[in-house]
Amino acid sequence: MYYENDSYLPFELRSLMRLSELPHHAAATVLHVESAGEIDSIAHRLRDLGFVQGEPVRVLAHGPFRRDPLLVQIGFTRFALRRAEAQRVHVEPAQA
Amino acid sequence: MNAPVSDSMPSALHGVLHVALVGNPNSGKTALFNRLTGSRQKVANYAGVTVERKEGRFAAPSGRTIRVLDLPGTYSLNATSPDEAVTRDVCMGRFDGEARPDLLVCVVDATNLRLHLRFVLELKQIGLPMVLALNMCDVAARRGILIDTDKLSQRLGMPVVETIAVKHRGTEALVRQLDAALPDLPLAPDANADLHVQVGRLLSDCVSIPRRTAQIDDALDRVLLHPSWGLAILTVLMFFMFQAVFSWAAPLMDGIDAGVGWIGTAVSTLLPDGPLKSLLVDGIIAGAGSVIIFLPQILILFLFILMLEESGYLPRAAFLLDRLMVGAGLTGRSFIPLLSSFACAVPGIMAARTIQDPRDRLATILVAPLMTCSARLPVYALLIGAFIPQRTIGGWFNLQGLVLFALYIAGIVAALGVAWLMKALRKDDTEHALLLELPSYRIPHPFDISIGLWERATIFLKRVGTIILSLTVLLWVLSSFPAPPADATGAAIEYSLAGRIGHALEWVFAPVGFNWQICIALVPGLAAREVAVSALATVYALASTSDDASAQLLPIISSQWSLATALSLLAWYVFAPQCISTLAVIRRETQSWKMVGITAGYLFGLAYLASLLTYQIARLLT
Ligand SMILES: Nc1nc2c(ncn2[C@@H]2O[C@H](COP(=O)(O)OP(=O)(O)OP(=O)(O)O)[C@@H](O)[C@H]2O)c(=O)[nH]1
Ligand SMILES: [Mg+2]
Repeated sequence: MYYENDSYLPFELRSLMRLSELPHHAAATVLHVESAGEIDSIAHRLRDLGFVQGEPVRVLAHGPFRRDPLLVQIGFTRFALRRAEAQRVHVEPAQA
Repeated sequence: MNAPVSDSMPSALHGVLHVALVGNPNSGKTALFNRLTGSRQKVANYAGVTVERKEGRFAAPSGRTIRVLDLPGTYSLNATSPDEAVTRDVCMGRFDGEARPDLLVCVVDATNLRLHLRFVLELKQIGLPMVLALNMCDVAARRGILIDTDKLSQRLGMPVVETIAVKHRGTEALVRQLDAALPDLPLAPDANADLHVQVGRLLSDCVSIPRRTAQIDDALDRVLLHPSWGLAILTVLMFFMFQAVFSWAAPLMDGIDAGVGWIGTAVSTLLPDGPLKSLLVDGIIAGAGSVIIFLPQILILFLFILMLEESGYLPRAAFLLDRLMVGAGLTGRSFIPLLSSFACAVPGIMAARTIQDPRDRLATILVAPLMTCSARLPVYALLIGAFIPQRTIGGWFNLQGLVLFALYIAGIVAALGVAWLMKALRKDDTEHALLLELPSYRIPHPFDISIGLWERATIFLKRVGTIILSLTVLLWVLSSFPAPPADATGAAIEYSLAGRIGHALEWVFAPVGFNWQICIALVPGLAAREVAVSALATVYALASTSDDASAQLLPIISSQWSLATALSLLAWYVFAPQCISTLAVIRRETQSWKMVGITAGYLFGLAYLASLLTYQIARLLT
């Protein structure tokens, strides 16, 4: 697994991982969704869709061109998110 | 009609119960609506099928009338696109001309409760009586999902009924519930409470789920969304579709062709010579008959479209192509509206309502007419049949199918190019969201597919029977009168009004290789594309001096036109906006005549340019 050594990282560094950087199929949980700017309807919608603290999340695949968009499993649902959207989601990879 | 409704009294007091179906996209609202009211609204397996409210009624067992509203699906009351705004406004009682419903039926997908229950909790805040319809119970049972409905009902404070919208009698429990007294208002949840936390508790208390996803979905997505396999499969699938349109349809078309020819001969031997015979044989039978021949091809195309829609593959295709579309200034969300435009640009342009960003939406609307709609199929098929030899290439590919595929590709490439240009012109580099849900795969139901095909067939035949027939008759009149002078030498049509118009236009279209017969056909063809085929048939039937009533269009044009002219006409039809309904729907969706003008202008411009290039190049080469 990629993140076997994860627990050696200080917590702040671990939490800096974004959904767009998460390796495929690695288990993780959502920490929070960052808003870009004052009113960010995309961030708001992401929270409505279930990207909220503590939700297990996984990246399952990526598109054929420039590895975009990402196929993301959240809750019982699969969404296609562009990298720019996935970047707003901060995640914590699960301990191996 | 559009007056705001002043009376806030629940209409239940007047005897009619007013119910609205609300819920997340793709939860089965429209399927329920159809089952309850006997309507036939479009149901398909992707988010954002319904984009406007639809009304229906039915009589409950007690005899009471229930009025049902089907609404666009939405993830939250915080609307981000025009279709979602409709649902929000109806629920809040702010929709012009629509009283606030007496009761909300929240439709949730029982296999997707984590997402769908959150919206139910959000809806509790607006203070209407509610019923929860746990839809897709069949799929949930198959996946071993157990739901304690009594407990869920008690915890939510609203009645909960199980439904299977796609099964006969699958909505009986819901009807019984609607027929009973209105349930009490659910207690509004604490405004500060985190809805997600509440959903989590509801799920752990009332639901047991062996697996969060269906195994089959995981397996299929691994292959179908694989970066290289996925694209290969998509290409093969599209390719196969257009091959099938040609190779499967041939025997059926021959049958219809023979039938039309036989009727023509029978009528012309029965009737004495004169205007009536000419109207029937040259006008109606030659004109309408020439279009009806293409029914099998249209049905085969729709067979594929319907199966793709119901399978859940379409959003996957959008996933695969998103990046390409972004490069062109569109979004993956444009994919489904554009794909619907392969059937017909009108619903395609309406489906653009699901696109949040207004600029993306406008770009999608403006390029949708470039997608090869099914009304182009008769024109393409006629010209391909007449000029492209029926040959097999590489032991596999039907040459005619290849050319058709190339025409579809030409439309797509043109759409991407135009979108790219628009993006470059407006110098836009703001961010556009995708956020597209990928639904579970479903096996299309043969019965539903047959109903869908039947509907398509009736729509097509109605078009033939109404607009195409009447324009053909009109054209026959214009092409037969005024009658030629006594000392006329040429065919009668040369002296008629239509003949003169054709000759006048020929001047404009000579550089692109169109003869006067084509010019005549293009004029009524402005109303609808297929009319060009029937019009050509009528013009040639009238112009032919021989008495052979079964003189068919295809052999005539293949002997009289040059290949360059045929290719040029094909190129014209890739672009030209020969469809009044498309322009009308663009006007309605953009609220702007300017956009209509821009669309028509650029499409005609491209059409002329493409035909000119095609004709001149083809003439050099042949
Ligand atoms: N197996 C099963 N499939 C269902 C059921 N209800 C709906 N479906 C399928 O679910 C998909 C979505 O149905 P729709 O009725 O179009 O969903 P909708 O809620 O109207 O969707 P939007 O208009 O996009 O909001 C279709 O493929 C239906 O065939 C059900 O009870 N069981
Ligand atoms: Mg619907």
